[in-house]
Amino acid sequence: MNELLVVSLLSGAILSGTPLLYATLSEVIGERAGIINLGLEGVMLVGAVVGFAVTVKTGNHALGIMGAALAGALFNMIFAFMVLTRRANQLASGLALMFCGVGLSALIGAPFIGSRIEGLAAIRIPLLSDLPFFGRAFFQHDILVYLAIPAAVALWWFLFRTRWGLGLRAVGENPTAAYAAGRQPLLLQYQVLFIAGLLGGIAGAHLSLALAHTWAEWMTAGRGFFAVALVIFSKWHPLRAIAGALLFGGAISLQLQMQALGVPVSSFILDMLPYVLSLAVLALWGGARRSAVPGSLGRVFQGTE
Amino acid sequence: MGKAAGIAEAFRHRRVAAIVRFGGLFGLALVMFALVLLVFGQNPLRAYVDIFRATLGSAYGFSEVLVKMIPLVLTALAVAIPSRIWLINVGGEGQLFIGALFATWGAVTFNGQSAWLLLPLIAVLGFTGGGLWALISGFMRARGWASETISTLLMNYVAILLVSFFVFGPWKDPESANYPQSAPFPDAAILPFFPGSRVHLGALLAIAGLLIFHFVMSRTRWGLEMRAIGVNAEAARRNGISTHRYMLLVMFIGGGMAGLAGMGEVSAIHGQLRPSLSPGLGYAGFLISWITMGNPLGIVAAAFLISIITAGGDILQMTHRIPAAAIHILMALVLFVVLARRSGRKGGK
Repeated sequence: MNELLVVSLLSGAILSGTPLLYATLSEVIGERAGIINLGLEGVMLVGAVVGFAVTVKTGNHALGIMGAALAGALFNMIFAFMVLTRRANQLASGLALMFCGVGLSALIGAPFIGSRIEGLAAIRIPLLSDLPFFGRAFFQHDILVYLAIPAAVALWWFLFRTRWGLGLRAVGENPTAAYAAGRQPLLLQYQVLFIAGLLGGIAGAHLSLALAHTWAEWMTAGRGFFAVALVIFSKWHPLRAIAGALLFGGAISLQLQMQALGVPVSSFILDMLPYVLSLAVLALWGGARRSAVPGSLGRVFQGTE
Repeated sequence: MGKAAGIAEAFRHRRVAAIVRFGGLFGLALVMFALVLLVFGQNPLRAYVDIFRATLGSAYGFSEVLVKMIPLVLTALAVAIPSRIWLINVGGEGQLFIGALFATWGAVTFNGQSAWLLLPLIAVLGFTGGGLWALISGFMRARGWASETISTLLMNYVAILLVSFFVFGPWKDPESANYPQSAPFPDAAILPFFPGSRVHLGALLAIAGLLIFHFVMSRTRWGLEMRAIGVNAEAARRNGISTHRYMLLVMFIGGGMAGLAGMGEVSAIHGQLRPSLSPGLGYAGFLISWITMGNPLGIVAAAFLISIITAGGDILQMTHRIPAAAIHILMALVLFVVLARRSGRKGGK
C-alpha cells in the first residue's frame, strides 16, 4: 500500500479522534458518577463557537481553548442544575441541553460565519518529527492532540487512584451508600459535571480551531452522540476510550481519504460510516454492558430526607 | 349517567388546571428567552410582536400555523406512542425523512395512476418507511443491544444522508439544473388542500391518529397492557404480557406516524423530495410529546404553540437577522421549565 496514504490515514485518524477522545472522557467521568449526559453535543457546540469567537477576537489560540473549556463547563452547569438540584430526568434534560446548545451556538456564531483563522499550530517534536514514517503520522500535531492521551491517563489516575475518584465511583454505583459513608453525592456530581463540561468544551474547540478553522452551525454533526456510544465501547474506562476514539477517528479519516481519492462511492454513503459504526458498536458491546455499567446510571438521587 | 358526568367533570377540571400550569411555564420560558435576546442586543418585545403578527395576526398566518401543526402532531405521536411503555424515540426526524423517501418512490414510480390509487399508496408507503426505520431501533432495544434513545438519534443522521444520496444521485431531477431534488410529484400524488389554504389532507390523518391513540390507550386491551408495562414492566412480563412484542409494535407505529408526517410534507408542501424537507420537525415533536406527557389534547395545544415558535424562527431570521436555529433555545427553555417543575413529584427514571 502507498506509504503516503497510510501516513495521512494515520495522522487523520489521530486528528479526528482527538475531539472524540475529549468528548468520550467527558462522558466517561459523568457516567462514572451516575449521570448520562446526552447534551454533550450541545456542550461541544458551545465550546466550538466560543473557542472560535475568542480566537478571532484575540488572535490567541490558548485563550480560545480556555474560553471554550470554561464556556462548556458553565453551560453544563445548566444540565447539572436540572438533574441534580431539580432532579429532572437525565435523558430528557440532556436532549434539552443539546437543543439549547444548538440554538445558543448559532446565536453566538452568527457574526463569525465566514471568518477564518490560522489553524492551531502543529508542534514538531524535535528529532522524532523527522523520522521517516512515524514522524508525520505521530509527531507533527497540535498541542491538544499531544495532551489528549495524558488527559485520559490523568482521568484514569483520578478515578482509580485517588479518594476523590473512589467517592465519585461510589456515588455512581450507589449514591445512598456513598452518602451513608460520608460522601456528598450532589457536591461530587456538580464537580464532575463541571469537569465534564471543561472536557466537552475542549472537544468542541479542537473541532473549530484545529480541524475546521471555521465555524458552521451544528458543526459537531453528531460527534457528541458518537461519544456516548464510545463510552459503552470503552466499558466506562478512560484508557480503553483511547482505542475507541482512534477507531472512530480512523473511520472518519478513511471516509475523508476515500473522498479525496475519488473512490466511486457517493460521499453521502461514505458519510454514514461513523454513524453506522456507532450503531454497530452499540449492538456488539451494548448487550454485554451489565458488567461494567455504573450501578445507578441515569437514576435520580432522591436525597436522604 | 351520573358517573360518566362526574368523570367528565373531574377530567375538565384537571385539564383546566393543566392548561393554566402549562401557560405559566410557557410564559416563564418566554421571559427567559427574552433575556437571551436582550443579551444579544435584540429587542425581544419587537421580536415577539413580529412573531405574533405574522402568525396569529391574519387569516393566512393562522392557516399557516395550522399547516405546520400537521407534521408536529404526527411527530409528537411518534414519540408519545412509544413513551407509553417508556421507550424514548428521538428518531422522529429520521423516520420523517424515510417516510418521505418511501412516499417519493411511490409517487414517482407509479406516475400516471389515479389519485384514488396514488394517495393511499404513498400514505401506506410513508407509514411503512418511517415504521421500518424505527423498527430497527426497536429491535435493537428488544434484543437488549442498545438503548433506543441513542440509536434513534444516530439513525436520524443516517436517514438524512440517505435522502441526500438519492436526491443528489439516482433520483435527481434531470429537469432541475443543479438543485438536489427529486422529480416533482404528479398532481395525482399531491394531497388535496382545504380551499383557500395550504392546510392539506394530512390534517385529517393527524386528527385520526390522535383519536385512535386515545381510543386504543383508554378503551382496549392493548392500551391496558401497555399501561401495565408502563407502570411496571417486570410485573407485566410475569403476567404474561410480551413486552418485547410491544416494544417492536410501538416503535413501528410511532415511526409510521413520523413517516406520515414526512409523506404529508413532501407531497403537499414541497411537491418533491429535498434534503431541506424538515427544519427539525421530528425534534420539535419530541419536545411536544415530552411537555404534554403524551396527552392527546395536550399534544394539540402544545403543537399549536410550537408551530408558532417554529414559524417564529423564520421570522427572526428574516426581520431581525437572528439565525433561525436560535429558536431552539426557546424550545429548550420550554422543555427545561417543564422538566424542572415536574421533577419534585415524579422523580424521573
